[in-house]
Amino acid sequence: MNNVKEIVNKANVLRWELGENFHDSLIEAIYKEAETISKETVKFKGENYSFSLDRTIDKYVTSRLYGFPIMLILLALVFWITIIGANYPSQFLSTLLLDKLHPVLKDFALGVGAPFWLVGLLIDGGYLATVWVIAVMLPPMAIFFPLYTLLEDFGYLPRVAFNMDRLFKKVGAHGKQALTMSMGFGCNAAGVVAARVIDSPRERLIAIITNNFSLCNGRWPTQILIASIFVGALVPAQLAGIVSALAVVSVALLGVFLSLAVSWGLSRTVLQGEVSSFSLELPPYRPPRILQTIYTSLIDRTLIVLWRAVIFAFPAGLVIWSVANITIGGEPLASYIINFFDPVGILIGLNGIILLGFVIAIPANEIVIPTILMLTVLFTGSAAGHENGVLFELDSLKDTEQLLRLGGWTLLTAVNVMLFSLIHNPCSTTIYTIYKETGSLKWTLLSTFLPVGMGLMLTFFVAQIWRIFSG
Amino acid sequence: MTTQTESNCVNCPVHNAAHLKKLGVNMSDYDYLVALAGNPNTGKSTVFNSLTGLKQHTGNWPGKTVTRAEGGFEYDNSKFKIIDLPGTYSLLSTSKDEEVARNFILFGQPDVTVIVVDATRLERNLNLTLQVLEITDNAVLCLNLMDEAERNNVEVDARTLSKMLGIPVVPTSARTKEGIDNLLRSIKEVATGEYVCKPRKVKKMNRKYQRAVDTLVEDLNKNFTNLKNPRWIAMRLLEGDQSIINALEDGSLTAETEKTISENNKFVENR
Repeated sequence: MNNVKEIVNKANVLRWELGENFHDSLIEAIYKEAETISKETVKFKGENYSFSLDRTIDKYVTSRLYGFPIMLILLALVFWITIIGANYPSQFLSTLLLDKLHPVLKDFALGVGAPFWLVGLLIDGGYLATVWVIAVMLPPMAIFFPLYTLLEDFGYLPRVAFNMDRLFKKVGAHGKQALTMSMGFGCNAAGVVAARVIDSPRERLIAIITNNFSLCNGRWPTQILIASIFVGALVPAQLAGIVSALAVVSVALLGVFLSLAVSWGLSRTVLQGEVSSFSLELPPYRPPRILQTIYTSLIDRTLIVLWRAVIFAFPAGLVIWSVANITIGGEPLASYIINFFDPVGILIGLNGIILLGFVIAIPANEIVIPTILMLTVLFTGSAAGHENGVLFELDSLKDTEQLLRLGGWTLLTAVNVMLFSLIHNPCSTTIYTIYKETGSLKWTLLSTFLPVGMGLMLTFFVAQIWRIFSG
Repeated sequence: MTTQTESNCVNCPVHNAAHLKKLGVNMSDYDYLVALAGNPNTGKSTVFNSLTGLKQHTGNWPGKTVTRAEGGFEYDNSKFKIIDLPGTYSLLSTSKDEEVARNFILFGQPDVTVIVVDATRLERNLNLTLQVLEITDNAVLCLNLMDEAERNNVEVDARTLSKMLGIPVVPTSARTKEGIDNLLRSIKEVATGEYVCKPRKVKKMNRKYQRAVDTLVEDLNKNFTNLKNPRWIAMRLLEGDQSIINALEDGSLTAETEKTISENNKFVENR
């Protein structure tokens, strides 16, 4: 189209004639106009209270001295409340759904003459996995998400981004990555999508690849449960809550650290380039609407995440029961798989069951722990009180602990499960989202396998060093 | 205004609230297309939710809405489809989220553009408002966060503001659903042409610049028969906006205006 070329050329000539500052003069004209209008229509009466209050709060929460300590204290507080609060409802739910309802359902099914394999598959497999996920996950989520949402609603998250901005710039990433990282603490797939706020493709890729190091919804419960069982048990009961909370915070911080470290590595190797600058507006603090927040975060986040876990848990339960009950040459199928994973698992301070659990849970991180528990029950023999590949019921943290110890768990196993849960492949939803967002197989594969490799390495080293020191 | 012919009921919030039917994502066919624009963190998503009954997650931080969200509602027997655009500070730069907003207002051809502004920070928000009024005529200003303005002792004269801008101005507190009924009525009035907007265009612009824009507009109109907004395109060409130049060259800009609205939406999405 020659006409287009002509017009574009003409525009270029005209631009030359107008001089360089015409863009500024356009903006200036708009600003002047806005000022005129607002002068006519806006009146400030007396003191602007909340503005000065905002300033005062910001002076502390974004200060170089207090900013990070306040962040850590708030984070620890949220986890402490979650850990302390989740204990009782969890117990109640597992008593109800596992102890009481499961035998009733099973007797009923057998009573109406259903074949044993169908009862096994649906009730011992699907049903148990599903209610296990509910009992383990619902209480911590129902406490954690509203608290997190309240902080978000109040306006604290952008301050976190403000505090982190300097660090991200130093490692060659975009300051807004602090925002996408915070989103990742909710859901990595959401964090990956949120990286669209970053304009430069280089920095956006860094944000996408490192988002997985933000502990997500699906992994918080794993961290909280394992920390309460194994780390909390190291100290007297009255300190257990706060110590387990600190353990979870440390893992989350390790994630932040890795996010920075990997960003640094990427921006110095495959993704080199300039750091672009941006401005971040700190929104005003708003008094959170507590009841509405609790309601929407229960509906929006808790139930949705739980539903996702449930629809993945049921089929996973079917798979688990099947691999545990289908035998080849007298041995259940799962034995072969677990024996296959065992050497690597033990080398890195985990075991075959745990690795198989992480594989089955690729669609949803939420079901890692329930899967591991079920497999452990099925393979620790009658000592744990089970019969013929059927799960038995756990009604408290103590029982879960006993079961895991029977399955050969030590403090090292617990620590490495927490580490590996932080540093392994993203869930399949996130992987798919990364592919959609980057449109590149190469970056998707890197985002998937980089963390797995790092996780295997880190757990390997931790295991070796641990074994040296514990003799 | 035709208020004399209507009964007092129309001014009663109860009446209007009863006329609102939230349709969620169900919007197979609709009569009017509404775009929701505004600075980040002015409560656009909250306004969107209270109109559609959807529960899009809102948060007190800028950049929460990255992609467009869409929903629908029925009011006074008309069906409206509403698009929640990402928050932007201006339409003049080239960042991705600003492009989404700008392209939609320009080429999505919304019947009404609702500009959501923060009443406590009106001056800053007016910059975007004036830019939106440069590229579209049919707009409603939603003066949101009035509850906070009150807390902060900020008073905004909505009537004068409306006169100066030439579009309806509706004070709201979307978090508590206050003023939403008036907003609905204004959207409807602008959509149906009952209220004719006379938007303020930035005047004190350099005369030389004005002449340059006029020359280009003339050329554009000569060469393309169906440009939606030649004035804006001329302005962008003067700025040397490569994306607009490309769009002109590959014909997507001109073809754009011929497409149906739903196809335009796809254009914005796949950008």
